[in-house]
Amino acid sequence: MPKYEWPEKSKRAVLGRRISKSDSPDKVSGRAKYASDVKRPGQLYAKFLRCPHAHAKVVSIDVSAAERMPGVKAVKICEKKGPGSEILWALDEVVGVVAVDERTAEDALQKIVVKYEKLPHLVNEQDLAGAGDRAKPAAEQVTGDPDKAFQEAEVVIEGDYGIPVITHCCLESHGQVVEWEGDNLTVYPSTQNVSGLVGQFAQPLKIPASNVKIRMDHVGGGFGSKFSPDSWGVESAHLSKQAGGKPVKTFLERDAELFVAGVRPSHFARIKLGAKKDGTVTAWEHHSWSTGGPTGGGMAPLPYVLSVPNSRKKHTAVATNTGPQRAWRAPNHPQACWLTFAALDDMAAKLNMDSLDFYLKNIQLAGERADLYRRELLKAAELIEWKKKWHPRGDPAPGHLKRGLGLGFHTWGGRGHASEARLTINPDGSVSVDIGTQDLGVGTRTVIAMVAAETLGLPVSAIKVNIGRAPDYPVSGGSGGSTTVGGVSAATRRAGQNALEELFAKVAPALSAQPSELEAVGGKVQMRDNPAKNLPWRQATARLGVTPLVVSGKNAAAASAADGKLTDQGVGGVQMADVTVDIETGIVKMNKFVAVQDCGLIINEKTAESQVLGSMIMGVCYSLFEERVMDEVTGRPLNANMEFYKLAGIGDIGDFVVHMWKDDPEQDARGVIGLGEPPVIAPGAAIGNAVANAIGVRVPQAPFTPARVLAALEKKGGLSS
Amino acid sequence: MPKRDHAGPPSELDVSRRGFLKGAGAALSSGIVAGAEALEAANRAAAKIIGPGKTPVTLKINGVNKALNIEPRVTLLDALRDELELTGAKRVCDRSSCGACTVIVSGKSVYACSMLAIEAQGKNIETVEGLSVAGKLHPLQQAFVDNDAQQCGYCTPGFVMACKAFLDKNPNPTIEQVRKGLGGNLCRCGTYVGVAEAVLQTAGKKGGRANA
Ligand code: FES
Ligand code: FES
Repeated sequence: MPKYEWPEKSKRAVLGRRISKSDSPDKVSGRAKYASDVKRPGQLYAKFLRCPHAHAKVVSIDVSAAERMPGVKAVKICEKKGPGSEILWALDEVVGVVAVDERTAEDALQKIVVKYEKLPHLVNEQDLAGAGDRAKPAAEQVTGDPDKAFQEAEVVIEGDYGIPVITHCCLESHGQVVEWEGDNLTVYPSTQNVSGLVGQFAQPLKIPASNVKIRMDHVGGGFGSKFSPDSWGVESAHLSKQAGGKPVKTFLERDAELFVAGVRPSHFARIKLGAKKDGTVTAWEHHSWSTGGPTGGGMAPLPYVLSVPNSRKKHTAVATNTGPQRAWRAPNHPQACWLTFAALDDMAAKLNMDSLDFYLKNIQLAGERADLYRRELLKAAELIEWKKKWHPRGDPAPGHLKRGLGLGFHTWGGRGHASEARLTINPDGSVSVDIGTQDLGVGTRTVIAMVAAETLGLPVSAIKVNIGRAPDYPVSGGSGGSTTVGGVSAATRRAGQNALEELFAKVAPALSAQPSELEAVGGKVQMRDNPAKNLPWRQATARLGVTPLVVSGKNAAAASAADGKLTDQGVGGVQMADVTVDIETGIVKMNKFVAVQDCGLIINEKTAESQVLGSMIMGVCYSLFEERVMDEVTGRPLNANMEFYKLAGIGDIGDFVVHMWKDDPEQDARGVIGLGEPPVIAPGAAIGNAVANAIGVRVPQAPFTPARVLAALEKKGGLSS
Repeated sequence: MPKRDHAGPPSELDVSRRGFLKGAGAALSSGIVAGAEALEAANRAAAKIIGPGKTPVTLKINGVNKALNIEPRVTLLDALRDELELTGAKRVCDRSSCGACTVIVSGKSVYACSMLAIEAQGKNIETVEGLSVAGKLHPLQQAFVDNDAQQCGYCTPGFVMACKAFLDKNPNPTIEQVRKGLGGNLCRCGTYVGVAEAVLQTAGKKGGRANA
């Protein structure tokens, strides 16, 4: 068995380079086909009638008029939505209709009559006292002796902070095309979980998993919300069956996409902090609450990154009649980061300390990664010119434009998930890698090709990568939690090393060498100690005769000693924001945003950087714009559309600087670690603290909209102060 | 806040916006007032009434005339995607908020979700599929690739067309003009840095994020 490891840095021909993604040409030319672009012969279209009430009982349903409409092919009351059932959130689907085109299906929905009995609802959780029996407190957690620590603390602050529910807002909404052939189902989904969908469709449809095929080339965004077939996917399969097995296409309308297809839970907290006069933080206490819909919301990891020796933590989940939560890029971390670093920053301000010095003073609370954080803080400070630009809270400059700096830092796991790669070397020298994974647009295809190319000593263009099919290709995990890059690269590396072992055995006699003396480099198989003795790749693979070499490599989910250092977990990073706030209008503008990010061994620096940039932009979105707004009276969302559910545009983001921590041999030696989540965590903290630094007062709740900025200023005493 | 630089769809019909048609449908079913009835009668005399059934429509797309038989309520976007299988332009918000459906009509970038196909007759419609010639990417498309200006890529075809129309009008833009002029397209994956660099690279202003 080969020793599985990455080549040392000086010997890498491909790893660490900057390479454009192999599927980008298809995307820029409109050739890339997404599930929502699929049109199968005879395709029908499904639409769902949705409940207008936040909480209701279904009294009766009459679908007869819809069934009679020309062009309507199937009508079905959704599972568990018949008369007598209880609906827990507005826009939940009640009846599905399949018709020859979308417009006919929409017209048919108008003909369905559903009678509801409205029940009391709760849709807003910010006021915990108003939550009544919807509030479910968890047991208190105590570490050290918080009472004593607060008594002994020289400075104590207390504050309320919050961040509302936001949505995933994938541009390609959730949906799929389903198609039956007898009892065999083919699904063209928009998913983050190609291999995992097989069983998830088979089980509720009561067919063998071996009857299900999944087909996906591209997905228009997921961010944690696309791991399952969804109730509407399964309903569509039922509807398709009812319509004689014809292909049925279902994609959510934008309002449903924003409201029922996943949200990130809110988080509110009252936080109390104790410290010594020199800045050392000694005591933490919080009572937090959150909702992610009918099941409430769990406690975020508070305090974040820094573990305070004495703490008391209380959390209350609040069940609301709103669309249910799903994993949202780095679940619970952005909330925890913002709440923690807002409170800490307020403490630094109270102590009259530069917040950078304050964090450096407390950096040992970050545990084993403290020294890396310290170095990252200093690097970020250099890039944003912290020492030159920083001022105590409240920009003293005259006029209505106030500038400020803020920072936050973060952590994430990111070990590779369980994944298998099947690598084929054909006698003609061509090479392919099959993996049942998916490329969310982060460059997974390209990374697989780069790893195979590096391992076999070939150019990247020589590797054909096949993904997005199940069960045709070996099983690979869902793309969540930054686990994909580690999983597919480790599996591909192992498959490549295994393949070389077999290939060398066939080639060695021709070079009068031992297999163990050979290496594959620069398009040749050669003797390590005597490169002049070599066979060009195609001559080497011709030794396979007529049978292709098909070899697997597997990465296990959990670390084991045999893994070597192909993948690891645990990264950190520091972000610093420089903003200008107009205290007359309340508008916050990004000037500059710096991210320093470690992530182990980098395979493709260009796409790694793009992950950080994309995360920072998403961070600007949720810091300044994004918020789901619910109508207290009707229980319906007020902004389930893209003009009032706001995302940042190209003009809102300012100048970005990304510094990848790649020149540190210690980090490189850890192997590949995922990067999808970590950089999206700290923007709220960095931007929120920059706003406070600029205007001299805390804006306690994200997003930092003009209304909230002006309200905070008013509380402080208006423009004059 | 995103700024919109898109021209609204050039409109020749009195009643052009699909949103209005949808609203009008609701108003009709709840009874119509006498004044409106008189007005409608006058309009009927003056304007040609088409539909609501399928009607022949000819669209000139990427230089080629295409004959369709569609209901007048079909948007240009749905006609492209469902009837002609030109699926580059995407349907995301379906109401002029995101730009994923951007195509160029008579030289101007237009949200194809908010223009009826019948309105687009006789006009020159350019879609992303027509941008590369004989399989060779347009320099702007190549610049998108070089600068990694696409992640999931769902906003990308619309963004490419918006950038094309923008560059046709501003061949030598500053970064400030790019930031103001391309505010009508939203990207969830956060590709704006790459998009801005791609536009500047196409204008010959910057090397961009080259391979290495
Ligand atoms: S789909 Fe047309 S602007 Fe969003
Ligand atoms: S690349 Fe995904 S929305 Fe823009």
